[in-house]
Amino acid sequence: MAKQKKTMNLNFGPQHPAAHGVLRLILQLDGEIVEKADPHIGLLHRGTEKLIEYKTYAQALPYFDRLDYVAPMNQEHAFALATEKLLKIEVPTRGQYLRVIFCEIGRILSHILNITTQALDVGALTPSLWGFEERETLMTFYERASGSRLHANYFRTGGVHQDVPKNLLNDIGKFCETFPKIIDDLENLLTDNRIFKQRNVQIGIVTKEEALAHSFSGVMLRGSGVAWDLRKSQPYECYKDLDFKIPIGKNGDCYDRYLCRVEEMRESVKIIKQCLKRVPIGPVKTIDGKISPPKREELKESMEALIHHFKLFTEGYRVPKGKIYTAVEAPKGEFGVYLISDGSSKPYRCKIRAPGFSHLQAMDYLVKGHMLADVPAILGSLDIVFGEVDR
Amino acid sequence: MKLTELNKFLNSELTTKIKKTYIEDEELSINTKVENLYSVLLFLKTDDKCRFKQLIDIAAADYPDEEERFEICYLLLSHENNLRIKLLINFHLEEKIPSITKLYPAANWMEREVFDMFGIKFKNHPDLRRILTDYGFDGYPLRKDFPLTGFNEVRYSEKDKKVIYEQVKLEQDYRKFDFESPWEGTKYMEKIKIKNRKDG
Repeated sequence: MAKQKKTMNLNFGPQHPAAHGVLRLILQLDGEIVEKADPHIGLLHRGTEKLIEYKTYAQALPYFDRLDYVAPMNQEHAFALATEKLLKIEVPTRGQYLRVIFCEIGRILSHILNITTQALDVGALTPSLWGFEERETLMTFYERASGSRLHANYFRTGGVHQDVPKNLLNDIGKFCETFPKIIDDLENLLTDNRIFKQRNVQIGIVTKEEALAHSFSGVMLRGSGVAWDLRKSQPYECYKDLDFKIPIGKNGDCYDRYLCRVEEMRESVKIIKQCLKRVPIGPVKTIDGKISPPKREELKESMEALIHHFKLFTEGYRVPKGKIYTAVEAPKGEFGVYLISDGSSKPYRCKIRAPGFSHLQAMDYLVKGHMLADVPAILGSLDIVFGEVDR
Repeated sequence: MKLTELNKFLNSELTTKIKKTYIEDEELSINTKVENLYSVLLFLKTDDKCRFKQLIDIAAADYPDEEERFEICYLLLSHENNLRIKLLINFHLEEKIPSITKLYPAANWMEREVFDMFGIKFKNHPDLRRILTDYGFDGYPLRKDFPLTGFNEVRYSEKDKKVIYEQVKLEQDYRKFDFESPWEGTKYMEKIKIKNRKDG
């Protein structure tokens, strides 16, 4: 008698700790082997793009914190660069360096979270406890610069909101001295760990061609051996003056992606150190009064400043007509903003390109033929944050 | 290869298939017709000089006042040449767009999103379902005639012991202030400022 094959449908999420947020995954299983995965997303859809169409450019910026809430400033950066490109304004050097410092802090924040929670998914608890302590320190830096730990709203069109407080840069410098030791500790726990390797090596392999076809970016692409990093290949801000390396994987499996992230953290520390050495004294945002609001003390003295203040916070600055796409290398991959301006003070359309969206899309291709227990490991290495996938 | 060279090359190779090309803000855009979309993309992907192997995103936009209401922008990236390109098509409300999932597998969800948000239909798409909105959602949120507040809101009903959908009821209408004014500032203030500084 022929053996009857029976497939089972399993509903994974949306409230599952290994789903990294609100992912609902419909899995078709043959025994323990996954035959098909159908991710249902949108449970965190907040209509960011629609909301932005009804806000001025300055008001639209905080929405970007709420996309990938693990590395908020990297998102803000993309939007700020887009408006700057349309307005054709330059950011003062100090502003550029401050931006890069905080973007790299964001990268470390995101990678710590990803590495440690991926370890958590495959059974290791300690890394997350150690890693989160460092994240707390980094978020204190965020807080000291912007006033809030997560939703910073620190970047502005033309620079950053205000200069960093005294000693903050020194403290970041001190952190850069101690942090590599923590990375070593994390690596001690994970890199040669037998269980961690069993769960990650040769799991979720992506070939070069497939990575390109599925529109992967960031670590997902580099883990498969494609040397591509927007900070190097299409440099923005002051990245072209900085010296850093781009780690590249060989096999394109979960383990290589983990290694890439660890190395990227080390490179980020290097970048921050260089920035701290080079950061000049000077203005942090553009001095064009038509874009950046006047100083508080000027308001008391100058009628002109008062008018500017009023106009900037009611109507907002107008951005010339145009359609542009700008992208930054966010921790998760290429984060882009496609901005259509109709010449008014509100964006006509703002399409957000989130790296996680295309990564999650490839879920079906990635988990096909793997065991059920590999699904959280693969999902963990994709580095998904639902704020940006669902928007 | 630089953008200007690529521009020339594309114009000579694709002559009749494209409407126009232009470089704005250091970005190359190509306008084409819906019926030529697939062949132009195929050329851009496979031609040795282009190699736009990665589809970055598909972004639609709604222009309700124009005859060809929708515009879709395909953002492409070539790793080999380190170039980006935008391919734009404009079309009517009823028109169906050929799906490019065969060419770029990544287009699957992107087209689903465009369908979900704008109601643009794609021919030969393997699985054209809504993606970001709620199960059973009605309407196309990113069209300009869709109100910001939407039509329905959800709440938990103590009576029915479940989450129910209701029409949006606002205590106060959504207020849209018009701040636009022709005020452009004055130049003479700068002169006074400099003069004041000189006088000490």
